[in-house]
Amino acid sequence: MLRIIFSRLLQTLVVVFLLVTFTFFAIRMMPGNPFADVKALTEENKAAMERLYGLDKPLHIQYANYWKNVLLEGDFGDSFSMKGRKVSTLISESFPISLKLGLLSLFLAMSLGIPLGIIAALFHNKWQDYTAMIIAMAGICIVTFVLGPIFQLSFAKPLSWLNVAGWSRPSDVILPAITLCFGVAAYLARLTRGGMLDILSQDYIRSAKAKGVSQLNIITKHALRPALVPAVTFLGPAFAAIITGSFVVESIFLIPGMGQYFVLGIQNQDYTLVLGLVLFYGILMGIANLMSDLALIFMDPKLRNS
Amino acid sequence: MIRIIPLLATTALAFVSCERRSDIEIANEENILIIGNSNEPKGLDPHLVSGVLESNIIRALFEGLVVDHPSKDSHSVDGVAFKDQIKHSDDFTEWTFHLNPEAKWSDGVAVTAHDFVFSYKRLLSPDPNWPAKYAEMLYFLKNGEAYHRSKLGHILCGNDPDFPLVWETLREANFEGDSKIKPKKFKGKRFSELNEQDLKKFSPYLTGEDTPDFDQLNSTGSDFESLSTANKKVLFNSIGIDKLNRKQLLHLKDNLSLIKWSDSITTEVKQLVITRILSHHDAGKPKLWDKAQVGVSAINDSTLRLKLRGPTPYLLEVAKHYTWYPVPKHIILKHGKINTAYSSQWTKPENIVSNGPFKLKSWRTNHLLEVERNPHYWDAEEVKLDGIRYLPIRNYYTETRMFGDEQLHLTYTVPSELIPMAKEKYAAELRQESYIGTRFLRVNTLNSPFDNPKVRRAFALAIDQKSICEEILQGGQAPASGIVPPFGDYKPPGLIKFDPKKAKALLQESGYESTSSFPDIDLLTTNSDSGLREAEALQAMWQKHLGIKVRIQQREWSTYLQNQYDFNYDIVVAGWIGDYLDPTTFLELWVTDGGNNNTAWSSKTFEDLLRKAEKTSDITTRMAILSEAEKTIMNDIPVLPIYWYTTNYLIRPEVKNWNPLLLNNHPFKFIEIDKN
Repeated sequence: MLRIIFSRLLQTLVVVFLLVTFTFFAIRMMPGNPFADVKALTEENKAAMERLYGLDKPLHIQYANYWKNVLLEGDFGDSFSMKGRKVSTLISESFPISLKLGLLSLFLAMSLGIPLGIIAALFHNKWQDYTAMIIAMAGICIVTFVLGPIFQLSFAKPLSWLNVAGWSRPSDVILPAITLCFGVAAYLARLTRGGMLDILSQDYIRSAKAKGVSQLNIITKHALRPALVPAVTFLGPAFAAIITGSFVVESIFLIPGMGQYFVLGIQNQDYTLVLGLVLFYGILMGIANLMSDLALIFMDPKLRNS
Repeated sequence: MIRIIPLLATTALAFVSCERRSDIEIANEENILIIGNSNEPKGLDPHLVSGVLESNIIRALFEGLVVDHPSKDSHSVDGVAFKDQIKHSDDFTEWTFHLNPEAKWSDGVAVTAHDFVFSYKRLLSPDPNWPAKYAEMLYFLKNGEAYHRSKLGHILCGNDPDFPLVWETLREANFEGDSKIKPKKFKGKRFSELNEQDLKKFSPYLTGEDTPDFDQLNSTGSDFESLSTANKKVLFNSIGIDKLNRKQLLHLKDNLSLIKWSDSITTEVKQLVITRILSHHDAGKPKLWDKAQVGVSAINDSTLRLKLRGPTPYLLEVAKHYTWYPVPKHIILKHGKINTAYSSQWTKPENIVSNGPFKLKSWRTNHLLEVERNPHYWDAEEVKLDGIRYLPIRNYYTETRMFGDEQLHLTYTVPSELIPMAKEKYAAELRQESYIGTRFLRVNTLNSPFDNPKVRRAFALAIDQKSICEEILQGGQAPASGIVPPFGDYKPPGLIKFDPKKAKALLQESGYESTSSFPDIDLLTTNSDSGLREAEALQAMWQKHLGIKVRIQQREWSTYLQNQYDFNYDIVVAGWIGDYLDPTTFLELWVTDGGNNNTAWSSKTFEDLLRKAEKTSDITTRMAILSEAEKTIMNDIPVLPIYWYTTNYLIRPEVKNWNPLLLNNHPFKFIEIDKN
């Protein structure tokens, strides 16, 4: 077990290293100039800015410096576009907000998606199945920038205790969490349904039925755990994605989360911000995948030997 | 799982039982204004920002010599200085301000004339590491530009009354360098291949036999000594005397003809100029503030004297811009040097002090910026609000919905698609007001077909401005007949008007036989939806009226800007918002190599007119000269005007004293929330 954890962590480190390396060079190939402003910079000013952020040095030295600062000093650098602010501060301020929203949303998605998937599988090819799958398909297809405004207009406006957008009242988390949860819930429902159908057709389930085990017992005791394997595989990366925020949802609901930096960082050619996010997200993704793998091992005894 | 259920139930109850009043009801009770401010501010240092949204915050935190009148354009009321005691010389070149001794920073320290001197010295810092974007606003001060741009000749020779030649004559020499002949611009070309227009650029500097070699020039770098005389002439004249390095100056001293001087300058004077600049280099380039004699001085703690570069009857209009506000010397020097830029911590909430009606309470990134009453403000009793909350709402649709849900007193804007809805639903709350700004197209005058003024004019006249305003924007914008919007005493020449027949005729005259032989043209714009709609309308109009199909090129903001600076575009949609109420805020954009010109257009006639206006103190004459200058630019038309901006926003009825102002710079000290 420990060996598995160790080797997976090592893999994560290699992946993150490659990811950052690729991003480091790719972002420098973008057209435009990170310091472009409403007024053309004089060549002197431009050179000074490049000196300030170390961009005047040869590429391999910049690259070495980046790792040196990250590894030895834990310094992700200063943001190019949000002057005077450290990338690490931007991440540490916004991540807890996205985490809170993401966890609630994931909880909602699981409590909605998994039961929906089970119901669909149990009533395979009946109206319950079709209804559940139409809902799931709608959840995948209707994007957040449509759902968000619909929720704002239909719930926040009539309900006095609920605001359209913002992040100052405790209730402000509700609408964005619901908006975010639908897509994930829909995938979960489809994956759970698929897993469940697969398991329900297995021989051991038939044997259990033949022995007269009740339907409820078959599902909860024998089928559910292995049926959730595909859903849990999906939950790993989905978890990492949802707790790092969403640009669209943050923009619609005015949430000071982390998702916006992924887009703004690229838009503003903010090299350090983009790299910091890639590094952070890469590590998070690695950990989330490891957790979901461990959960799988726990759920499926067959995997323990491999 | 079972344990979670009561937990959830309590949480749900907590949500339901919590605040039922709207944000506005609470804010009205607290006497706090909530406004949408469009984005996260880039900073709060008045010297380092350049955006409208930052200025909205800075105007609450800081205060200049005078303050905008709450309802009248081009009027001022007391600020740090007493308005009634402002004195100026008859020609408007020397101004004296008496400062209110009660004016204090928010930590209780007095605001003095020395703070102003420090501020102007700071903004004009000549250090290339100093990233101020708006230092030009202080070029109104005498010698401000010379100091900021380290014009050594001007400072060391021109400012010295004992120098044998007056600066007016001496300045004819090539001190600043000529960017038009930079060797980089002619990369890969041979001198003999240049066209007449390009050759003309070199004619002041070269004699008949000189044939420079651009490839050699570009590959030499700093090792100039091996170059031929012709090459040296190009190199030295493109750099200019002020910026030559020590080695180059020593060389010039022995070869005076390498740079363009002027006939009235004797050899002795030339030698003297070089010697002075050399001795500056030898002394290790000491700071030049004292020698530069920039026109700002503190007579005593409460008297500030300004000397200007020329008659400026509208100085008070300029001085209301935030670049003219004082910054706290004692705090800035505590957290760094005078020109420590982004690494200085002085604008952090725990450090910043300000002298305006409000002070910073909290600032959470992308979340909320809040200011509160400044108890040390000299006129604190007159300040009506107890605070302002600025929300960085980038999504204007969300902003409009928040307004409808009673979360905002005031929106930043209304998206054009929502204006018809707002007209119906928020008839009393919607405001549509003139705003001093122009939407226009820049053209790249370096390349064909837009090197031809007739083509440019044809494209301008083929824009159906009225239908862009009425059908796409719907915000009360007006078709622009020129680059300067109409206001006050200024009479725009009004030369551009939609005229498809004339446009077609001009295109035929321009020498392009048929539209099929017309070169491919890209129309550059930003990647916003509104940008695309506008570009598509322009595309359709040119197709319809000229038969020319342009391609739309949408780019991210930074690429969009960089492409303009690199002249990597044909025609680009852009806009400009005036900084102060005077036509020069629009006209100065188009001077040679201006930071916002980006069209490569330049005209001596135009610049001579601007300089002439600079020296004219009679207001009517001056406006006539400026109108003439606009006529010059509109005749040659490197910019095609589209429309004049308006502001469209929603405001709640309880907000009082928010009146239409052309610059949209509302002084927050007068804003009031009427609870009845």
